[in-house]
Amino acid sequence: MLNLGAALPEMFMAVSALALLMLGVFAGKDKSFRTVSWLAVAAQVVAIALVVMGDGGSAFYGQFSADPFAKFCKVLILIGSATGIIMTMNFAERENMARFEFPILISLATLGMMAMVSATDMLSLYLGLELQSLALYVVAAIRRDTVRSTESGLKYFILGSIASGILLYGMSMVYGFTGTTNFTVLGDTLVGGELPLGALVGLAFIFAGLCFKVSAVPFHMWTPDVYEGAPTPVTSFFAVAPKIAGLALFIRVAVGPFGGAVEDWQQIIVLIAILSMVVGSFAALRQENIKRLMAYSSIGHVGFALVGLAAGTEAGVTGVLVYLGIYLVMNLGTFAVILCMRRNDRMNEEITDLAGLAKTKPLMAAITAIFMFSMAGIPPLAGFFGKFYVFKAAVDAGLVTLAVIGLVTSVVSAYYYLRIIKVMYFDEPVEGFDRNGTEMNVIMAVATIIILAFVFFPNPLMDSAAVAAASLFGM
Amino acid sequence: MSDWPILSIVTFLPLVGAALLLLINGEEATVARNSRWVALWTSGFTFLVSLMLWVNFDATTADFQFVEQADWMPGLNISYHMGVDGISVLFVLLATFLTPICILSAWEAIQKRVKEYMIAFLVLETMMVGMFSALDGLLFYLFFEGVLIPMFIIIGVWGGQRRVYAAFKLFLYTLLGSVLMLVALLAMYFEAGTTDIPTLMEYGFDYNMQLWLWLAFFASFAVKVPMWPVHTWLPDAHVEAPTAGSVILAGVLLKMGGYGFLRFSLPMMPLASETFAPLVFTLSIVAIIYTSLVALAQQDMKKLIAYSSVAHMGIVTIGAFTFNQHGIEGSIFQMLSHGVVSGALFLCVGVVYDRIHTREIDAYGGLVHRMPSYALIFMFFTMASVGLPGTGGFVGEILALLGAFEANTWVAFFAATGLILGAAYALYLYRRIIFGALTKENLKTILDLSPREWIIFAPLVIIVLWMGVYPVSFLDIMHVSVENLVNQVETAQAAAAHAAQLAAN
Repeated sequence: MLNLGAALPEMFMAVSALALLMLGVFAGKDKSFRTVSWLAVAAQVVAIALVVMGDGGSAFYGQFSADPFAKFCKVLILIGSATGIIMTMNFAERENMARFEFPILISLATLGMMAMVSATDMLSLYLGLELQSLALYVVAAIRRDTVRSTESGLKYFILGSIASGILLYGMSMVYGFTGTTNFTVLGDTLVGGELPLGALVGLAFIFAGLCFKVSAVPFHMWTPDVYEGAPTPVTSFFAVAPKIAGLALFIRVAVGPFGGAVEDWQQIIVLIAILSMVVGSFAALRQENIKRLMAYSSIGHVGFALVGLAAGTEAGVTGVLVYLGIYLVMNLGTFAVILCMRRNDRMNEEITDLAGLAKTKPLMAAITAIFMFSMAGIPPLAGFFGKFYVFKAAVDAGLVTLAVIGLVTSVVSAYYYLRIIKVMYFDEPVEGFDRNGTEMNVIMAVATIIILAFVFFPNPLMDSAAVAAASLFGM
Repeated sequence: MSDWPILSIVTFLPLVGAALLLLINGEEATVARNSRWVALWTSGFTFLVSLMLWVNFDATTADFQFVEQADWMPGLNISYHMGVDGISVLFVLLATFLTPICILSAWEAIQKRVKEYMIAFLVLETMMVGMFSALDGLLFYLFFEGVLIPMFIIIGVWGGQRRVYAAFKLFLYTLLGSVLMLVALLAMYFEAGTTDIPTLMEYGFDYNMQLWLWLAFFASFAVKVPMWPVHTWLPDAHVEAPTAGSVILAGVLLKMGGYGFLRFSLPMMPLASETFAPLVFTLSIVAIIYTSLVALAQQDMKKLIAYSSVAHMGIVTIGAFTFNQHGIEGSIFQMLSHGVVSGALFLCVGVVYDRIHTREIDAYGGLVHRMPSYALIFMFFTMASVGLPGTGGFVGEILALLGAFEANTWVAFFAATGLILGAAYALYLYRRIIFGALTKENLKTILDLSPREWIIFAPLVIIVLWMGVYPVSFLDIMHVSVENLVNQVETAQAAAAHAAQLAAN
């Protein structure tokens, strides 16, 4: 069935992005940046409402599904991109990159992600993924007058295209060996039966492509360079929304059509998870640039999230979704802090620039410390619960060794998070930062409250994640 | 009054105080003064409320009391479950008793960022009390780990020269141990379907699983106690921590490990505990003898006391793994008295450190001529640490050694030998600091105890004497609970032995 109603949020996003493009073109390039940005944010808020209120169901003849799983991920993605646009505005005006195309590109990328997490067919999956990727390549290089930004955009583009090619190749192999691209049909064909060898190879290719998109080791090489080179608000967007979308897609492909072949792909995911956690924690130890540090940190976090997927169970998927929700909040908060590292109107990106923040800006230092402890997974902060759920699922699935390795690497990663706290609290202050923008203060405050309060009210996030995961396994 | 959730009040009252502190603003001197008073009042009031636990405690039952249970994560069958029995109630009191003393001791020593310091201490108190009264594994873990955050900040911000190194070492060592415990908790949860501690105590894991669980828990608790050879973080942390930080570290945080053994390892993994008891005994004896010898060679007062803590905690772990009434009661009693005595010794060091700003033993000598009252107090606590009859230290040691004697004569023999060494280093320290000629220039104008310091030491002296002269008031509280624990362990071990015999026939 066509059933356009199920895709209402996506259609709204597409129409609003095009309308904003018109607005930008006709209202004048330079003046309209702020208006277009706020309208894009408004559109995303409306889209959140549409997603939440939507009845769900499947559309486009089984290519698209607005099940609770998709809804959950879409809400996270939309929150991530709306916040991303808000965080960009002041930065863009200061740094001479205030082009109205920026919020529109973000909206289009968001649209791609929304399509991606709803995809129930290889083709719609690929369409969404490419819409997202193409928009992101441009966004990474949006400061085309600086070498670093162009370099990062180019790297991202070339490596991303290769990954897309690998992905497509895998899909064609799966199609060739099973005769379908539809997830439901694939799932039915594979139930009980052995996975044909060709399809298994195809699956490995698909996973490789997806690993690139979520920057899991060994396909992570681009991440530190792109994160460092891209303008900071773009990095903060990269670290959040595409990661969530990519992992959601990973989950959908793994447990949907290939859910019957858990034993076949579990070992791949276990290996990738271990590698990501190890590289993410050890490589970050020596980083001096905070954006590179966050890049490795995000690699590690992807590893932790994949631990939940490796379990291959409903509890595991719930764990990943909870993890992603908490990850979103922690990362947005941390990047808000990084965006506030401005001194005499210049951005600073070295960790040592934070020295003595506890003296110059005690509140911001305390908030950053909370984010860092939470990222390190120290209870009673929210980050601990993310880890708790995924590792619980892993232990339940009998992957005790994986859990032990994961938790030990989390101790290693605690070192570099603590190092930031050490720099802020134990070192002597350098010159103070400029005043924070109001929007940054709001974002930091909201993120802090969520991280602190999660221990008292874990149920809203947990319950919706459980519903989302259940919908995936009910198919 | 029994309707009141006293445990939750005691646990979260300090947090309320910390929130109040956040609201204090204004000039630095005013903020500092107000923060000190708010923190003192909060912790003092918390202590008074916690006395309700003592007064209303029913020592005739081994059940958990003052129990509170509320939904927390119903989807996962994890609840907010609090309660105390005869084993934990005294630790709660120890924590609430030492916190106001710590705050008072930091009155003048801490001059920078006073507000933050007090907030850290109050948060720490919440974590400690919560940990001792948690009856859910996850809740326990939350508090157990949560302690690290304020402790890291306290050592790192207000510590000595090598504070950064010490803070990282404390944090990472403990975290590494704890994550293994988390895996074990998750495994137990998977097996038994709950993290509720009373339920887990009844569950009865099979022997192989017990072995792994025991080792994972041991990794965490052994670091915390600390047992040889994972004790090396302790001297560093103690030396670099501010005085009050050392007091809380020695007084309460080390007890978390010993308490963990009694709350988790013994009742939930009785068979594995029996299997591994020789390991614990060996490590403890090494700790007692080796660290006592190390202590003899120390030049730094705090380091010496830190090593003596490792030795004393060795007695605790020996007592806990004797599986008999005397040993376990001795172990608990030793933890309580060591908590007070070693805390007091660190305070004694703090007194002279505040005046001279060095912890080198050689920098002192002949203090008795200028500071007679200080010499008296210091002697009293040195004697208590050595285990002089009439002080709390004696009761704990004699009970634990008695228990060890019942379990294994050789263990008792070596442990007792270690105690002689304990007397040697403690008296040697005392002699070098207090006696001798007063030759150092800067010591000639040193002042004796101030009224504030008297107020700090008076309750400590009283409690140590009380524990030494009339220990029954403490032993009575734990007696029934310990009896129950011993029964639990013995029943499980007997059942296993019986099963093994049946299998052999």
